[in-house]
Amino acid sequence: MITIGSLWPFFIFASLIFIAGIYCVVMTYNMVKLLIGLELMIKAVTFLLIVAGYVTNNMANAQALVITLIVIEVVIMTVAVGVVLGIYFYTGSLDSRLIRRLKG
Amino acid sequence: MGMLDAIILIILSLTVLATVMTTSLLQAAIGLAVTSALLTVVMFKLNAPLAALFELSVCAGLIPVIFITVISLTKPLSNEEMKTESREKMTRFWPLPIVFILAGIIAAYLKIRISLKLPMHGPSLDVRQVLWSVRQIDLIGQLAVLLAGAFAILVLFKEMRRK
Repeated sequence: MITIGSLWPFFIFASLIFIAGIYCVVMTYNMVKLLIGLELMIKAVTFLLIVAGYVTNNMANAQALVITLIVIEVVIMTVAVGVVLGIYFYTGSLDSRLIRRLKG
Repeated sequence: MGMLDAIILIILSLTVLATVMTTSLLQAAIGLAVTSALLTVVMFKLNAPLAALFELSVCAGLIPVIFITVISLTKPLSNEEMKTESREKMTRFWPLPIVFILAGIIAAYLKIRISLKLPMHGPSLDVRQVLWSVRQIDLIGQLAVLLAGAFAILVLFKEMRRK
């Protein structure tokens, strides 16, 4: 059994970053801001992975996972930004309320 | 956890708050970069230099540049639109600091006593060894995702140019 000991503030701050990301995604209508919220959530997960690796003394695996996560994050963000730009050129706005009536 | 860690974590959470609550998209993108840079410091302190390097170069360098490119390609709001937007945003985002403080107090009060049941880990390997030998399938997956991303961007921009 492994306990987190004196590292509990790291877990608290990681969950706070995640809460801020969720709040941003739920409350905003701007699509770039929405992606920023998503990015914050991914950062919280990265932070948690590193802290978990430190606690379990398994840093090599944690770092390998984080590197994979970062690569996938970049690809997701690039494609998402391309989609947002496409929507902007179509509607002339970054407001997500304007794309409620899309087909599909 | 030392005093320096506590200070970095507090600055990190304040930066996150500023990133979410600011009305300017450019400031939000810069806030994201600062958040990544602070996270890099925490990662270095937690003995994860390679992941920290990736975080600094990619998350604090590349991703804010992508966001700033998008912001520069879009039309800025007029002054009046900006005022209405910021007023509307304040009504939506003012509870966030309260949520933040409440969640922090509750979590600190409970001290989140998590007990993880984990198997005993084997011999401690180097991260390069893990990346190239143990998790080879991850690397293949990364390559596949990168190619898929490049293909998606190609298709997207081809469509945009046609329109």
